[in-house]
Amino acid sequence: MTRGQLDAALEGLSLPGYASGQIVRWLYGPPISDINDMTNLSLKARAALSDRFTLGLQNPLHYQESTDGTKKYLFPAGRGRVEAAWIPEGDRSTLCLSTQVGCKMGCLFCMTGKQGFQGNLTVTEILNQYQSLPERDQVTNIVYMGMGEPFDNLEAVMQSLEVFTAPWGFAMSPRRITVSTIGILPAMEHFLEHSRCHLAVSLHSPFEEERRKLMPVQHVYPLDEVLSVIRKYDPGRQRRISFEYILFRDFNDTPRHVNQLARILNGIRCRINLIRFHPIPDTPLQPSDEKTLEAFLVALNRKGIRTTARASRGQDIQAACGLLSTKAQVTGKVTG
Amino acid sequence: MSDLSRGDLTAVTVTGNQELAPNVRVISFPRHQPFRAGQTVSLALEPGGPQRIYSIASGEHEKEIRILYDVRHGGKVTPHMSRLSSGDTLFVSSPSGTFLGTPEPAWWIAAGTGVAPFASMFLSGMHQGKVLIHGGKHRQSFYFSGHFLSLMEGRYIRCCSRETGEGLWPGRVTAYLARPELILPEVKYYLCGSTEMVVETRDLLIRRGVPFARILAEIYF
Repeated sequence: MTRGQLDAALEGLSLPGYASGQIVRWLYGPPISDINDMTNLSLKARAALSDRFTLGLQNPLHYQESTDGTKKYLFPAGRGRVEAAWIPEGDRSTLCLSTQVGCKMGCLFCMTGKQGFQGNLTVTEILNQYQSLPERDQVTNIVYMGMGEPFDNLEAVMQSLEVFTAPWGFAMSPRRITVSTIGILPAMEHFLEHSRCHLAVSLHSPFEEERRKLMPVQHVYPLDEVLSVIRKYDPGRQRRISFEYILFRDFNDTPRHVNQLARILNGIRCRINLIRFHPIPDTPLQPSDEKTLEAFLVALNRKGIRTTARASRGQDIQAACGLLSTKAQVTGKVTG
Repeated sequence: MSDLSRGDLTAVTVTGNQELAPNVRVISFPRHQPFRAGQTVSLALEPGGPQRIYSIASGEHEKEIRILYDVRHGGKVTPHMSRLSSGDTLFVSSPSGTFLGTPEPAWWIAAGTGVAPFASMFLSGMHQGKVLIHGGKHRQSFYFSGHFLSLMEGRYIRCCSRETGEGLWPGRVTAYLARPELILPEVKYYLCGSTEMVVETRDLLIRRGVPFARILAEIYF
């Protein structure tokens, strides 16, 4: 919960004014397993808290480890389950968080979409993926790129970002956090106005007709409107706007696409992150080969668009981009 | 429908709000702007309040706009919207969206209130060369069936998953489409409904050899 929510929750417990500050340090400091571990609170205060609250921490139910060191964790979420991926890489260690059980967006290339939508995660369930992560102390970066569309669960996502970045929370730099969206416009605008974290937008084709075939959301929030909103905001030099681009063989990997990307992104200070496609069941799409990916990357950089290729991590444990799914564990709707 | 707002809203006066089935209603108001069949509007009960996006269910040339909606228990908008009556005010965005009807042959595949954009296309005169496959749980779930039966008999299939009855095909839309004897023509396939329905149907069509480029999907977020 946020500081404001905590203060509201404590009303009526007759705790001293400074207790809120003490409690928040326990909540977001080194993990504790029980309210009675809040040893600088009086016994009476601990009893009052225990009567009304639990810590909400839930350990992962299961994990798998990839040959590349990536670990995929399965966390409980209401009556559902979500996956989170921990991706160590040199000095960096990235946690990929989920925000929903399943997803409503139905993108053609995504495994999560195939399980349908079972519910939003609460802010506690989002934060728990970090707090209960065994490698929590090693995490340097957080990306909201796991299961679900973060901006379809805006309130909980914004509250979780507040906890991650606030001095009273985990005090992480917003420059270490990236939220990824397929372009849910009103929510994206809210995020751009009220957060300083990085934004990543799933682009996947610069042509609206093609993008529509991959991503049904294009019918509701067309790419040109998404780009118009981004153009309105000056991200400054500290904030990064990036576009995610999965390369599909003979579909979106041609020089025509390079030229159109350069055209539509003209004037936006951004970078493109090329992603290798990991085929999923029943998909008609195929990954581009490495030679095409390299040529695409070089061509975009020559056009002046800073372009990188994301390394595929955790593919052998289905933890790579677009592969997270808890369809087998779906037991019903979750709260939110 | 969606929890996602868009643009400035215009105040309109409700002209009707009729229950079609338990927890399914159709609300109507004067057409405030031109629209194209298949487009959506965002509705709110008050300016600045939560908005939801809905497909328009009326024809392009009609004087009023009708919106078919599920009343969601515990929702922020639809329980209140269900209590509006003629003369009350509702706030509506400009029409938008690109899930548009065309005159070319197509199969329209819907579940539940996902039939709304196809009702708009039908009422806009685009029913020639179309097949409508509509999935619903109960006999009452086939909204606007009177219209469809009048001009699309034989090309209007009602798949009913929980009840049987005259003119109903027993089972889900995906079961209907999975039958090996069903030949899928080389037309465009328009899908509209929940994520689950759209994803399952899309996968099924692709498995049966329909190129994904001929499948257009609108998901009720």
